[in-house]
Amino acid sequence: MTEPIIKFEKVVKKYGSHVVLDELDFDVKPGEKVTIIGPSGSGKSTVLRILMTLEEISSGIIHVDGEPLWHEEKNGSLKPASEAHLKKMRSKLGMVFQQFNLFPHMSVMRNITEAPVNVLKLPKAEARDRAEQLLKMVGLTEHAHKFPSQLSGGQQQRVGIARALAMRPKIMLFDEPTSALDPELVGEVLNVIGSLAAEHDLTMLLVTHEMRFAREVSDRICFFDRGRIREQGTPEEIFTNPKEERTREFLKAVLEG
Amino acid sequence: MLFGFTWDTSHGELAFAISILPILLMGLLVTIEASIAGFAVAMVLGLIFAVLKGAPSRFISWPATFITEFFRDTPLLVQLFFLYYVLADHGVILPAFLTGCLALGVQYSAYTAEVYRAGIEAVPKGQSEAARALDFSPLHTFTHIILPQAIPRVVPAFGNYLVSIMKDVPVLSVVTVLEMLGVAKIIGDQTFDYMVPLTMVGGIYLILTIVCSGVVRYVDMKLPKTGIPLK
Repeated sequence: MTEPIIKFEKVVKKYGSHVVLDELDFDVKPGEKVTIIGPSGSGKSTVLRILMTLEEISSGIIHVDGEPLWHEEKNGSLKPASEAHLKKMRSKLGMVFQQFNLFPHMSVMRNITEAPVNVLKLPKAEARDRAEQLLKMVGLTEHAHKFPSQLSGGQQQRVGIARALAMRPKIMLFDEPTSALDPELVGEVLNVIGSLAAEHDLTMLLVTHEMRFAREVSDRICFFDRGRIREQGTPEEIFTNPKEERTREFLKAVLEG
Repeated sequence: MLFGFTWDTSHGELAFAISILPILLMGLLVTIEASIAGFAVAMVLGLIFAVLKGAPSRFISWPATFITEFFRDTPLLVQLFFLYYVLADHGVILPAFLTGCLALGVQYSAYTAEVYRAGIEAVPKGQSEAARALDFSPLHTFTHIILPQAIPRVVPAFGNYLVSIMKDVPVLSVVTVLEMLGVAKIIGDQTFDYMVPLTMVGGIYLILTIVCSGVVRYVDMKLPKTGIPLK
């Protein structure tokens, strides 16, 4: 049995009195492709945002790659993580955002090379080589010198994926990567994510409403409801024979809607 | 006569006006220099205050807020006299022109700090989240991601303050900086004709501010709204 690369233990996230994650226990194995589904407000995006250190947890503990994410061991006891520790932990993760969040004042090439050059201190030429390979992978070689505003939403999101991959993360987080796209552009982004899932041993955590896609690429589906995992299993189990009434209702609503 | 310039008071108002134009334009040069220097100080100091006011620690943000409020709510003339006379009493003797530019810059930094903050807050939150996800340092995020996107959004506001600074430059005449209005007043004192030089100062100011607004509009138009491009 391999050690999980991500391990949530009794993680609570609250905004004031509103509980978003309710003592969540959640494991992901290295290389596993996990899709989180669930109604809005169920805490699924919050899981990703907490992993990316964009939001703090209220209590509980998370381990990523064998080390506590939001804590640090000092003199044998766990203390809240320092910025230096968070920085180290963040380098293990990459994130793709619903709204792409490309830097609008930088060319596609610079969007991808900015972090490798400035954070990883890669030589410019090497960063460009890496970016060119990634652009080829996402099918945007021709667009390297364009600015984000000159690209379609689908193209922008593919740049977003390339930008995150350029940092060579162990874990990729996809936060509703196709929710902001026009329907005809969803396919091109899903194709990129799909081939990434098929060809790499990257650990992937995906929040999406694209059920057919989730079924194709995932090793496991987790159905979130009110800050907890209500049901999880292989795509077969969840989509063809869900045990929980709540899962059935949700899938019925999503698949018919 | 002033600085070797003479004027013609015996051939009517037009000839008088033409004869004093060169010396008024010399005064204009001082006005423009003081405006640009004052504006530069306001831009740099304003940015520093904007950063300090937005600092996560109250021990930094509150004093910064207090200081900028103080700069904004005390008259320019008081600040100017303070820098020129009080500091001189304590051995800090600054040239009049430098004192004037500093006073303008200090007063207006309180306003430009607010403009910077408005620009910074208008940058979508997703930008700093993406920067954090990519592990940029806070400094790199600010200088390369946030600021280039914040500034194009607030160019017109900065332009307004540049024009305001220009219109405040005559205040510097009280600490002996001889700018355009001061020159006109001396001419009036010597010729007993105030109307012509003062009217000309008004006219030149109007042209100056119109040109300046035009330049600001041009810069605003040319800068992409998405941010200052980093190639």
